[in-house]
Amino acid sequence: MGTGRLYTAVAVGGFRRYATYRTATAAGVFTNTVFGLILAYVFMALWDEKPHLGGYDQAQALTYVWLSQALLMAMATMGGGFEDELIERIRTGDIAIDLYRPADLQLWWLSQDAGRAMFHLLGRGAVPLAFGALFFELALPADPLTWIAFLIAVVLGTVVSFSLRYLVALSAFWLLDGAGVAQMYMIAGVFCSGMLLPLNVFPGALGEVVRALPWSSLVQGPADVLLGTADPLGTYAFQASWALGLLTLGRLIQSVATRRVVVQGG
Amino acid sequence: MLGAPQGTYARVRDGFRAYRMIAGMWIRSTMAYRASFVMTTFGNFAATGLDFVAVLLMFSRVDRLGGYSLPEVAFLYGISATSFGITDLVVGSMDRLGRRVRDGTLDTLLVRPVPVLAQVAADRFALRRLGRVTQGLLVLAYAISVLDIDWTPLRLLMVPLMLLCGAAIFAAVFVAGGAFQFIAQDASEVQNSFTYGGTTLLQYPPTVFAKDLVRGVTFVLPLAFVNWLPGLYVLGRPYPLDLPTWIAFTPPLIAAGCCALAGLVWRAGLRSYRSTGS
Repeated sequence: MGTGRLYTAVAVGGFRRYATYRTATAAGVFTNTVFGLILAYVFMALWDEKPHLGGYDQAQALTYVWLSQALLMAMATMGGGFEDELIERIRTGDIAIDLYRPADLQLWWLSQDAGRAMFHLLGRGAVPLAFGALFFELALPADPLTWIAFLIAVVLGTVVSFSLRYLVALSAFWLLDGAGVAQMYMIAGVFCSGMLLPLNVFPGALGEVVRALPWSSLVQGPADVLLGTADPLGTYAFQASWALGLLTLGRLIQSVATRRVVVQGG
Repeated sequence: MLGAPQGTYARVRDGFRAYRMIAGMWIRSTMAYRASFVMTTFGNFAATGLDFVAVLLMFSRVDRLGGYSLPEVAFLYGISATSFGITDLVVGSMDRLGRRVRDGTLDTLLVRPVPVLAQVAADRFALRRLGRVTQGLLVLAYAISVLDIDWTPLRLLMVPLMLLCGAAIFAAVFVAGGAFQFIAQDASEVQNSFTYGGTTLLQYPPTVFAKDLVRGVTFVLPLAFVNWLPGLYVLGRPYPLDLPTWIAFTPPLIAAGCCALAGLVWRAGLRSYRSTGS
């Protein structure tokens, strides 16, 4: 009961922390919209050339573009969320204090990141999607149930995203400098989550592989639920198994790390 | 600064000299960690190459995009990415200006007897950005080797000209964006729409985009002069807007004009600067 309140407070703190920078948020929304616009025209040309590419019609492809821009920050596809901070705490040795706290390290950061994702979904996601819906013909569902199903997929996606980035952060226990791993994560995230192109457009075996990786839970999964091109329950099962597996892996690595680690700075 | 007022020429020379010294200092500091430098340069190469991977993935499913073949798109991509890469290497640090304005560290730069623009541009000079230039040049080399272009001396000359003028046009956007950050502070990300957004736009043929968007980047923010107008001349393709052929040769003029304008905007921005806390 008490712990539930603690993690809620951490999540609310995470939300409010990002909500503070309103000008920066507006600037980010502008940038997402510009990139959405460029991609929308490129996708229109692509689907003009080959209608029903990847099983989408043009309206669905355009919906995908604006959804991917709307989810970019909430899913932290390119990284840059809590993990930078956690890496810094591991590097400086502040992590020792965190481990003394009467709170679980993984749950603490999960709550904080959930608050951040919630803010980014509303603050950075709503406007680009609305802009897209206003100026392009999108295939958005009218049924509120589909939207709820989509939101569940988004929540599961943010947990998968968190669990991946938690592993990135833990690598700092061994590497100390997280810059390299963070960069690799960025490349993998952009490529495998479907930010470049819907994963069902990827050719042949490459497509099979990227669709099976955890990153497909971030953008492709929720998008397919909203577009009605995937079974929601199947998507949830896929996302939940990756989330569970990766969170457990994070726990294991964390316990190894905290047992072996002689904290930086004595 | 000290002593008698200098002429424009002397000021510019001093600016370049200061830029060289500051950039050199950052390069020496980078080279203290050679392995890290090699890795981050490769990372920069790979991360910026993702854009071209997207193009390749598209062409794995279609033969033409907006009526253009893969080598033609690669040609436009190569020019855009290389010229943007040069700009990013030389003045890419400009987008950190907002942070300096916020925390007040810009004041330190103002009291030094060196042009502020040179200091801001050379701040944290990152040699790893050669990764983007390399990536762009490789794509351009691929395009030129595959394309069957009727090379005349003029067309040949256009390639280096596009890279230089393109870099200058992008640099003007970076400097104007920097000036905007004096006022905007937190809104520094808006600049990314025109810099990174601009190079992404130019990586695709103009036929892909709506006419109004093409008009906007031709007549308002003249990004089309980086690679679309001169590049389509080299490729022997018509420009989607009805413009005379000689327009393809105007990038040097446009670049000079943009840089002059950016200089004025920069001065206005710098003059409006009030240090933090006041």
